Amino acid sequence: MDKVKLDIWVGIFVTLGIIAMFYLATRVGNLTSNDVKKTYEVKAYFENIGGLKPRAAVKASGVVVGRIGSIVFDPEAFHAVVKINIDDRYAFPTDTFANIYTAGLLGEQYLSLEAGGDDVNLKAGDLIVHTQDAVVLEKLISQFLYNSAGDDNDKDKD
Amino acid sequence: MNNILNFLEKLGASARSSLSGLGSCTRLFFLTIIYSSDSFKRFNLTIKEIYFTGVLSLVIIIVSAFFVGMVLGLQGYYTLEKYGSSEAIGVLVALALVRELGPVVTALLFAGRAGTAITAEIGLMKTTEQLSAMEMMAVSPIARIVAPRFWAGMISMPILATIFSMVGILGGYFIAVLVIGVDDGAFWSQMQANVDFHNDIVDGAIKSLVFGFACTLIALYQGLVAPPTAEGVSRATTKTVVISSLSVLGLDFVLTSFMFV
Repeated sequence: MDKVKLDIWVGIFVTLGIIAMFYLATRVGNLTSNDVKKTYEVKAYFENIGGLKPRAAVKASGVVVGRIGSIVFDPEAFHAVVKINIDDRYAFPTDTFANIYTAGLLGEQYLSLEAGGDDVNLKAGDLIVHTQDAVVLEKLISQFLYNSAGDDNDKDKD
Repeated sequence: MNNILNFLEKLGASARSSLSGLGSCTRLFFLTIIYSSDSFKRFNLTIKEIYFTGVLSLVIIIVSAFFVGMVLGLQGYYTLEKYGSSEAIGVLVALALVRELGPVVTALLFAGRAGTAITAEIGLMKTTEQLSAMEMMAVSPIARIVAPRFWAGMISMPILATIFSMVGILGGYFIAVLVIGVDDGAFWSQMQANVDFHNDIVDGAIKSLVFGFACTLIALYQGLVAPPTAEGVSRATTKTVVISSLSVLGLDFVLTSFMFV
């Protein structure tokens, strides 16, 4: 086989590899679609974050507006400190609510922002005061069982 | 008593020979690295080897990837449908291919398709004393024969594994969306939401690089140490497939336990 033909075939091979990598990165992976470009960071305190993980979605009205930056435990105040990176294009009032919800029944957890009515907007480094913890299923069930047990006792009295 | 001594002697001999094999394999690797600069100066040799190990393996890689993807789609669909989450089929196919099947199956095919060819070629060169002839002409066989094949394997293997993953995902798409009728948008969006570029795709590529290194080095080593007889070359070819396959599967476990904790 002459040299030019060989080079062409190897060139096709390498190009095919680059196309495949590009395809995996853009179409299969989440390299482009989910990355928010310019962000500002605010933080929020939670008593319980449930299964929230770094890089989880931050949504407002269901639209992804940011990503969770880092989650650390504050050993002095005994609560979780969640850093939230919000896209520069979106501003939220200072009295915004931050809730941890679950996507679907067994899906992954995300942070939902519900805007308040304040005139002043959150700046980088601000604290979101109003937060609501993740719902822990076991707690809910035990609460339910406790309540229904209480109901039974009431019936016995009657 | 004699039996125990015999057993111990055999155990010691096999341990010693496998250790010395590993040692000379490592030595071959360092020699290859030292002589690599010569082979990079004459990159045409490497390009010719990429043609043999990479381009000519494309057909078997693409066909088997497509079938592996189709089987994954079909089997995954049957199980996921029981839980009413057949849209997750995209995630299943993509993660299985990108993380595990892409690198591993490509490496196994690579060992069978390209590794054996390398071993047989070098073994025959040794048998017909071409390697000695080169040394007589002051041409290092490592620089002229071994290093180009080594780098060709290192370059071809990640490319082949990436192509395998892509074609496999298209195979899964073909079965799940076009044949069975899973929703097209859910297939891709769930996949994109759950496949991470750095944690899944790059780690899969690193795996395939390590497998390419192992397969190529084993094939080269077995070719070089093959006894210069017809039987010796055939034994060496068999050994290449067996050792490469086992080390690929072993390395896969080790790498997985490091990467996806």
